[in-house]
Amino acid sequence: MLTIPTSHGLLLAGIIFILGLVCVLVRRNIIFILLGLEIMFNAAGLAFVVAGAKWGQPDGQIMFLFILTTAAAEVSIGLALVFGMVHHLHTLDIDQADGMKG
Amino acid sequence: MDFLWLIPALPLTGFLVLALTAQRLSRPIVSLVGVGSVGGSAVMVAWAAVDFLRRMPGETSYTKKLWTWMDVGGLHLDMAFYIDTLTLVMMLVITGVGFFIHLYSTGYMAEDKDYARFFACMNLFVAAMLILVMAENLPLLYLGWEGVGLCSYLLIGFWYTDKANGYAARKAFVVTRVGDTAMAVGLFLLYNQLGTLQIQDTMSRAATVWPQGSATATLAALLLLGGAVGKSAQLPLQTWLPDAMAGPTPVSALIHAATMVTAGVYLIARTHVLFMLSPLAMTVTAVIGAATLLMAGFSALVQHDIKRVLAYSTISQLGYMFLALGVGAWSAAVFHLVTHAFFKALLFLCAGAVIHALGGEQDMFRMGGLKDRLPLTFWAFLTGASSLAALPLITAGFYSKDMIIWEAYASPLGGMGFWLVAMIGALVTSLYTFRMMWLTFAGPVKTPVHHPPGLSMTVPLVVLAVLSLLAGFMETPRTLGGIHAFSSLLHSCLPETVLDHGREAHEMLFEIIAAVTALGGIAWAWVLYRPKDGSTAESPASRLPKSLQRFWLGGWGFDGLYDRLFVRPYLALAHFDKNDVIDRVFSAIAQLGRSGHRVLSLTQNGQLRSYIWGIGLGAAAVVFMVVYL
Repeated sequence: MLTIPTSHGLLLAGIIFILGLVCVLVRRNIIFILLGLEIMFNAAGLAFVVAGAKWGQPDGQIMFLFILTTAAAEVSIGLALVFGMVHHLHTLDIDQADGMKG
Repeated sequence: MDFLWLIPALPLTGFLVLALTAQRLSRPIVSLVGVGSVGGSAVMVAWAAVDFLRRMPGETSYTKKLWTWMDVGGLHLDMAFYIDTLTLVMMLVITGVGFFIHLYSTGYMAEDKDYARFFACMNLFVAAMLILVMAENLPLLYLGWEGVGLCSYLLIGFWYTDKANGYAARKAFVVTRVGDTAMAVGLFLLYNQLGTLQIQDTMSRAATVWPQGSATATLAALLLLGGAVGKSAQLPLQTWLPDAMAGPTPVSALIHAATMVTAGVYLIARTHVLFMLSPLAMTVTAVIGAATLLMAGFSALVQHDIKRVLAYSTISQLGYMFLALGVGAWSAAVFHLVTHAFFKALLFLCAGAVIHALGGEQDMFRMGGLKDRLPLTFWAFLTGASSLAALPLITAGFYSKDMIIWEAYASPLGGMGFWLVAMIGALVTSLYTFRMMWLTFAGPVKTPVHHPPGLSMTVPLVVLAVLSLLAGFMETPRTLGGIHAFSSLLHSCLPETVLDHGREAHEMLFEIIAAVTALGGIAWAWVLYRPKDGSTAESPASRLPKSLQRFWLGGWGFDGLYDRLFVRPYLALAHFDKNDVIDRVFSAIAQLGRSGHRVLSLTQNGQLRSYIWGIGLGAAAVVFMVVYL
């Protein structure tokens, strides 16, 4: 069986994470921000799976299951927020939703 | 004598009842509570006195502990009363004269809307004064001392709607506080050096620990003297008493003539052991007394306001008492305290009756001719004035003042100088007393009489007039019968005055000189101030240079001096520091916090993406620190 070195797996996870983060940071559309968040979740999940494979433990895959669940919950709340935002602000631009300032 | 605690407790209860019901009681009930509590207290004092005298000479003192007041570290203080003959004399004066003044007040204050407040303060005063004289330890004495000061403040400013009265009250409070502070420091010193504040222990320990003339004893005595000087309005803290006349006249009679101002005399007599350890302190006391009696006497000579004459006269008579204390004539000082309480209270009450009758007029130059309009007041005033001027043989003032004057000469601590000052003072006293007498009662009528005094006002006048005559016979000089009832009573707690034997032989001569001086003063006053036919009694003191008159009228310029020395620099400092220099430091800290808040709140801009930037950069920084540092 072909083994992929752990460092490669982690590097890939890091790259995906950075991509997700950049997506969250630069996009103003809230749907894209939620997509970016999903990508970051999956990057973290990948890192867990890689680490689990390295130690030969099932914990990494179990953590990934948790992350999936969390991501599902997050997306449902996130979509509810998107609906609320469209309803109240008539826009998807996150920069318009700056009502809570000091 | 287990009922001893009731003596101050009764007036205190009176105060509580009157203060807590907040003027909701009807006037007769207020009078009953106000006068009755002091009257009941007076009856119990008399009972205690009889009981005490029966036990003499076996027991010369009696201590009654009520409860432990405080017990901290080495300091153990009891709420306890100490009775000896000096205390008894003071208690008799306070409750006796106090009762008659309360009775008089029911007439004098009858139309005042704050009737209950007046009696509440008066009762509190009597309670505090009784605690002062009955105290077994110095802090308890100090409690009473401050209590009477508070009541003095409340009663001088009784008619508080007039701003000037408020200022007078504040002045009295602040000026006496200067002395009180010295006294407090004196108490600290005594405790620090002797380890006790119980009066009798302190005195006996002082006598064993400190040698004659020790510097510490002198310092302690001088600090206590500072307190006495403030309370008794002696030089240099005398300026508050003339202004204290802003209060109602019964207040002046009770607080500023008969009782509170004599607290200083009582304090020195009570701590006489300490003073006898220090010849310097004794001399200072005598010199202060002598200087004060002259200064105040001359000031009294030119006043227009009848109450201010009496105020300066009180300062002057207190000067006599301090002179007596300073030369070691302890009994003479206390004797004069008693007779002075009688005749000066009488004079104040008569003046009050006159002021009341004339509808608030206090200027003597607008009085006159009252001899026939207010005959009883006239005779009572004449009695008091004769006693103050020491009319020989028949008045109490003669016997007490003569005793002081004689002992000021014959005591080893005294001398010709003190005697001379006392004689000049006596001459001035009869001069200003009869100036006041003739301006007020003789000559043409200038202001019509509105309200003749009622029975509640005349009864105290008669009683005090009788006392002003008879009280003198408790103690007569060797040449006039030699009755020593009063001083032999006091000798159980105050040492006998040692007289210089070389001088004792001249006693008769000196008494004749004193008597002639008093009579001469009265005669001189007749020549100077008697109503000239037709003309009004224009102030013949105007023969004095105008500038000197003004100088004396203003009390020798002390007010101006203190104004320049203390009040104005203080006000200038306050003005300079109006924005509070020290506070700047603290407001700078607050300012810093506030601007920090403003800067940080800028980051709360509501932009979700900037928060994510913050989180991301923060996480990166943490990772960087964990990995590389």
